[in-house]
Amino acid sequence: MNALDLARWQFGITTVYHFLFVPLSISMAFIVAGFQAAWFRTGDEKYLKLTRFYGELFLITFAMGVVTGIVQEFQFGMNWSNYSRFVGDIFGAPLAIEGLLAFFLESTFLGLWIFGWDKLPRWVHLACIWIVAVGTLLSAYFILAANAWMQQPVGYTFNATAQRAELTDIGAVLTNPTVLLGFPHVIGGAFMTGGAFVLGIAVWRLVRRAGVDSAPFRTAARVGATVLLVGGLFVVISGDQLGQHIATEQPMKLAAAEGLQTTEKSAPFSVIGLWDLSGKEIFSVKIPDLLSILATHDPNGQVQGIDNLQSQYQAQYGPGNYSPIVPVTFWSFRFMIGAGSLAALAAMWFLWRMRRGRVPGRGAVAIALVLPFLPLAANSFAWIFTEMGRQPWIVYGLQLTSSGVSPNVSSLEVAITMVVFTLLYGGLAVVEVGLLAKRIRAPLPAADAGGADSDQPAAFAY
Amino acid sequence: MLHNVWFLLIAFFWIGYFVLEGFDFGLGILLPFLGRTDKERRALINAIGPIWDGNEVWVLVAGGATFAAFPNWYATLFSGFYLALFLILVALILRGVAFEYHSKRDSLRWRQGWDWAIFFGSAVPAVLWGVAFANIVAGVPIDKNMNYTGDLFTLLNPFGLLGGLVTLTLFVTHGAAYISLKTEGVLRERANKTLLGVGLVAAVAAVVFLFWTQLNSMVAGSAVVSVVAALALVGALVANRLRREGWAFIGTALTIGLAVAALFLHLYPNVMPSSTSAAYNLTITNASSTDYTLTVMTVVAVIFAPLVLLYQGWSYWVFRKRVSADRIPDDSEYATSPASH
Repeated sequence: MNALDLARWQFGITTVYHFLFVPLSISMAFIVAGFQAAWFRTGDEKYLKLTRFYGELFLITFAMGVVTGIVQEFQFGMNWSNYSRFVGDIFGAPLAIEGLLAFFLESTFLGLWIFGWDKLPRWVHLACIWIVAVGTLLSAYFILAANAWMQQPVGYTFNATAQRAELTDIGAVLTNPTVLLGFPHVIGGAFMTGGAFVLGIAVWRLVRRAGVDSAPFRTAARVGATVLLVGGLFVVISGDQLGQHIATEQPMKLAAAEGLQTTEKSAPFSVIGLWDLSGKEIFSVKIPDLLSILATHDPNGQVQGIDNLQSQYQAQYGPGNYSPIVPVTFWSFRFMIGAGSLAALAAMWFLWRMRRGRVPGRGAVAIALVLPFLPLAANSFAWIFTEMGRQPWIVYGLQLTSSGVSPNVSSLEVAITMVVFTLLYGGLAVVEVGLLAKRIRAPLPAADAGGADSDQPAAFAY
Repeated sequence: MLHNVWFLLIAFFWIGYFVLEGFDFGLGILLPFLGRTDKERRALINAIGPIWDGNEVWVLVAGGATFAAFPNWYATLFSGFYLALFLILVALILRGVAFEYHSKRDSLRWRQGWDWAIFFGSAVPAVLWGVAFANIVAGVPIDKNMNYTGDLFTLLNPFGLLGGLVTLTLFVTHGAAYISLKTEGVLRERANKTLLGVGLVAAVAAVVFLFWTQLNSMVAGSAVVSVVAALALVGALVANRLRREGWAFIGTALTIGLAVAALFLHLYPNVMPSSTSAAYNLTITNASSTDYTLTVMTVVAVIFAPLVLLYQGWSYWVFRKRVSADRIPDDSEYATSPASH
């Protein structure tokens, strides 16, 4: 593999890994803040116990999101210096704003929350976790605005002398239709993830520790299921809009999601399919008109095909292959939808099984344990779809991925960093899962502490 | 005009980073030496517990702001100093996880493992940031396409290594000053004793380094600030002898801040001089973004940087009390059970 392939693999590995923790951080911050607010309002100790139990799990995942995020901030310059020179005038701004507005807010107020139980008035302490939660949303918005510009460049002009894209309208970059649609999609997915996490653990506790802490965990299960389903609603609505947006802005990505070779009216959608290496279809199960409905909301709508787009792009950008790797986009698109749908079905099933004080049976444990991994998988496949679907471009229509890589970094250097990051991340994953498993089994913390009036205040001390 | 503003702001972010994370690094390096029992080490870590993460964000903002304001500087520096930055990243990852996971299990071996992660995670960046900045100031091989043409060993020259020694010893001195200010009992005593010895080594290394820098090419403003930085360090050592711990800490903070300021004054108007040819120097103009982008970024910085200083300062105020090993709780079934921080 050359430096370009290695740099792409490295970006894929480190970004997918980073994004396992990001959605959990966002949604768990809000869920924990919600539990703490409920405790503040009602004084019911159940909510304090949940705040501390899920707060501990939130901190374990948040830490991993923070440290893997540092790599993301540096990686553009390290492996993608030509890209950085080309887009820095535009792309750097949301990144810097994210740091200044969001990272400072999150880190400072999280420190205040962790160590401030006995030092701050109760309402100030509650405000701290809410500020952290808002900080995670701000962070998500700015980084998604940066990514949206790579999908759909807006508010710029190309400077031929400097050979770079230059910002002309920051408002256009921050209100890019791709970020306006992508933000609710990603945040909805994040809430599905946190909801599944809270729900899965609560069901596990209800079944495996029957009779212990039932009241708090019944509440947690209902909260988790509700958050998951509301998040899912956002994902479906914004996803539907995004599908149509992609059909006009990145038609090649949509064509590659289906493997649609030629432009068609009333295009069908394959539930599954199989091709040989040359891209020739061997077998597929198709639902008629569905792709046209997804793309245009009209069963007779026209959807552009890969071959037609390929000749159009060759005329526009010169010779080259402008199609993404179809099996990757085809399957990641379906795994995204499949995993997300299964998670929503599981949440509905649990709500039904737990109606009016019922307890799910032993069989529910397996589903409860698999559940948190479903939205995590959907998030990962969604990013793989949207990033691989943009290929061969790093900035759609402006710069090829192959032109963005650092020219002076050797394949050996990229190989070294990729192997070490992968091993390090793998090791940390083992530690993290071990810690989560230990915490999930631990009894709920005593609720005798946490108030400003307690002489033995609670803290998540190091 | 805006180029100058952003050169100043980038310098400001780096100064903030080294002054704040400097004592975090110093504390991490002193951890195995000053903390002789598990509880002493926990007390030390808790002395920076609430604030270390906020301190580390300064480097993310310095990096992000460099990307936004001087994309060519960001691209040349990060792709050029590739393996050095990679080592810093690995260190920062291990160190960050170490702080957060340190007391998530009631096991001495578990905590000792993370103690070492904190030590190495602090020592490696403390040395390598010095190596990196010494090389930036001295100039490195950069070709006409603004690409760095050396490798990791190009950076490990005598001047670069001296720079690494300077940051290492300055951060340890700064860390000792912080510990003496923020802890009680034996930790405070030991930190006070350590400060003078390390401080003297730092003073010698720093003076040699700053002389060497000025010998390479004399820049009057930078030289004056260097002298003030050296005086601040002497002041810190005197304050330490007089047991004025607050003043000693202010002294080491000023030393680091002024030393970084001196380096940036020496750089200006270059951001990365080329040792290959002065024609290939990266400057505040040829490395910079457009005026429009710099204007947008200026508006954001003017509004939000003071706000950040305000709430970060407040968090330091909230956690102003000294930490003691006596108040670290025993191991318990659940590590978040009643515990004084």
